[in-house]
Amino acid sequence: MTDATVRTPDEKPLSATAGVTFATPPAAAGETAIVIRNGNLWYGDNQALHDITMDIPAGQATAFIGPSGCGKSTLLRCLNRMNDLIDNVRITGDFLVNGKDINARTTDVIEVRRRIGMVFQKSNPLPKSIFENVVYGLRIAGVRDKATLESACERSLRHAALWDEVKDRLDSSGLSLSGGQQQRLCIARAIAIEPEIVLMDEPCSALDPIATLKIEELIYELKSQYTIVIVTHNLQQAARVSDKTAFFWLGRLVEHSNTSDLFTNPKEKHTEDYITGRFG
Amino acid sequence: MSALRELLRRGDPAIWLAGTGLGISILMIGGMIGLILWNGLGFFWPGHLEEITLKDGTVLLGEVVAREAIPAPGTPEHLKKRRLQMKLGNRDVGSADFRWVNEDDVASRQIPQDAVYVERREYGPFIGRPVKLAEGDKELAAGAAAVLAQLPALVDKAVSDRDAIRTLERDQIGAINYRIEQLRLDQRSLDLKAAQTPGVDQSAAKAEIDQQLTGLQTEYGELDQRLKKTREEAERVRVTLKASGGEEKEMPVLDVYRLFAPNQLSVTGRAGIYASRLWEFLSGDPRESNTEGGIFPAIFGTVMMVMLMSVIAVPFGVLAALYLREYAHQGVLVRLVRIAVNNLAGVPSIVFGVFGLGFFVYLVGGTIDQMFFPESLPTPTFGTGGILWASLTLGMLTVPVVIVASEEALSAVPRSMREASLATGATKFQTICRVVLPAAAPGILTGLILAMARGAGEVAPLMITGVVKLAPDMPLDSLFPYLHLERKFMHLGFHIYDVGFQSPNVEAAKPMVYATAVLLLLIVILLNLTAIIVRNRLRKKYRTSAFS
Repeated sequence: MTDATVRTPDEKPLSATAGVTFATPPAAAGETAIVIRNGNLWYGDNQALHDITMDIPAGQATAFIGPSGCGKSTLLRCLNRMNDLIDNVRITGDFLVNGKDINARTTDVIEVRRRIGMVFQKSNPLPKSIFENVVYGLRIAGVRDKATLESACERSLRHAALWDEVKDRLDSSGLSLSGGQQQRLCIARAIAIEPEIVLMDEPCSALDPIATLKIEELIYELKSQYTIVIVTHNLQQAARVSDKTAFFWLGRLVEHSNTSDLFTNPKEKHTEDYITGRFG
Repeated sequence: MSALRELLRRGDPAIWLAGTGLGISILMIGGMIGLILWNGLGFFWPGHLEEITLKDGTVLLGEVVAREAIPAPGTPEHLKKRRLQMKLGNRDVGSADFRWVNEDDVASRQIPQDAVYVERREYGPFIGRPVKLAEGDKELAAGAAAVLAQLPALVDKAVSDRDAIRTLERDQIGAINYRIEQLRLDQRSLDLKAAQTPGVDQSAAKAEIDQQLTGLQTEYGELDQRLKKTREEAERVRVTLKASGGEEKEMPVLDVYRLFAPNQLSVTGRAGIYASRLWEFLSGDPRESNTEGGIFPAIFGTVMMVMLMSVIAVPFGVLAALYLREYAHQGVLVRLVRIAVNNLAGVPSIVFGVFGLGFFVYLVGGTIDQMFFPESLPTPTFGTGGILWASLTLGMLTVPVVIVASEEALSAVPRSMREASLATGATKFQTICRVVLPAAAPGILTGLILAMARGAGEVAPLMITGVVKLAPDMPLDSLFPYLHLERKFMHLGFHIYDVGFQSPNVEAAKPMVYATAVLLLLIVILLNLTAIIVRNRLRKKYRTSAFS
């Protein structure tokens, strides 16, 4: 692992300017960002993930596909410990981010979540102004300087391709935006804290085709700077935005390879059946 | 048969049943409020004075307040004949306040133009005819018309005289008394200290206090002289009135609160009297063992008690709910605690009162007295009922309501909102402070509203923890330290009970009971309305979606 980052010098990570530093440096492009070894997860007595082993490369977009209830969202939520919120969840196996086990007792869950941002299926802006929504994570981290907050807000909104639409009404409520705008606002909020990895849980499932298109373009843009893991039901979307695709079925990882290979030349019969629409 | 089944299937009878239930509920509530409003607000309207001559030659002058059928069970007359209830006043010249008159006994009824209705300091109202007006030995006017022409100005002057006397008595002499009392307490605490640590010379401090005491006593003497002189001067103007029985009664105009000839009044004149009576009721002090005058101290006591109670109950309730909902492991223990809290909300209020008396008043208050106010013992300072203990007791009573409502509000905050906050690296505590609590605020306010509605209406626990029939001083005044939480206070709910059931003159007090009930309702509604408006503002602000 090297200290090299994908960012150009003038695009210093905001976390550095804000005084937020991490113990381990982020993975560079081409390396492995997330390592999962023998991951199992139970909801009570019900096993939702079976023995997942996979590597997620840094600086690329990885798509999780599969029929409903196959565990892809559950796996995604394991990656920033969102499953902590749910009672009766038991996880075994190793989930390593930059070589560090995120489930270890010594790991600070807050740092994990700061390094791994998340965008949810249903857009969930906070009942605050647009500005406050974007800089929420920075305020939480203790950033008070107004100029820093403002520049972070503008940069994040530009990244999220929302700046031009809301720059004149940053003080109005985040809830006053349309569905697609709200989702892009949530993306801006997630990237405002300059995470290394952005997890997206079906970010377009509640959006119309135009808004979906905008968000897909955005994901395409973002993957030059962030490692992206996206869960989607839309196979075309997976094909369009991702470099790697993983197909899950009944809580098991069936196939994980380059997107182009998986869609044109699937090795497993289940994968082929699914992508050709024979089931699921 | 199949038509009936079809009807049942469609559910129309269920709708009728539900509608009827709602209608009956509204009717009952509307009826109750209507009755209270009618009786309570009608009380202040000045009615006509009638002179009724009975067949035996008795002449009665007064207001006809009721007319009802005479019950005579078993005879053919049963409920056929009517009788009148007359308000006669003149308690001090040997008349009963109220009298029932059978219509059969009435020889004639007329409305005399010169009859006057007098509200005065003592003995209830006087109804009669004015005879003469005198200042000392000098006669100012004689005859009804002349007296009536001169009186309004004099009654106005009496109002300002009374104010001046009151300022002297209450504010100036009261302040001096308060300071003298404080000095006495200082003296006693010096004595106590001397007994504990003999050998320390405290004569200098004592001499200082003695000197101050002498100064204050001189001041007191001067003010007392001034008070006597002012009163003597004011009492020189006297009015003489004649009752319907022929007895004459002379009284100082200073004691007259309101004097008018209702039969000469136009509707606007009556409305003026109505407004002035209503204002006196809202802003004045009680007279005649609470059956007359105003109830401002009770309004003030009620509002202050409810506010103190809210200040106590809401923080505790919200903190408890936060722990129960957000931090505690949702196991058997938490479920038991939750059941206990729910049951606590149903415990009879008098039980809380008994607890408040035993714990707050005797234990906590008694301990405070021994530690901080030993100089005034055996007279208790905090070791007796007071507004603080009453508020704390009611706070305990209402905390379960706040907890239940807050818990519900907290659990209604969507998980997506918490996830949004946590996913950006917020701790649980930050999430609760910045997202969950603001979003739950409207629901928490609903809890406050329920708590206030319950607290404002409670009387039983207050009766043993600090409410009194007549409190000489309010818990908030201009004397240091301004807020006297140890003081006893008056409360509208207790006032209703006291006036209605403990009063020597039940007939005269009855309308007062209704008027006070109207006021209590109004205050509860007003407090609730304030909280509801605040809640709706918050709701608008923290709406979770643009469409809901």
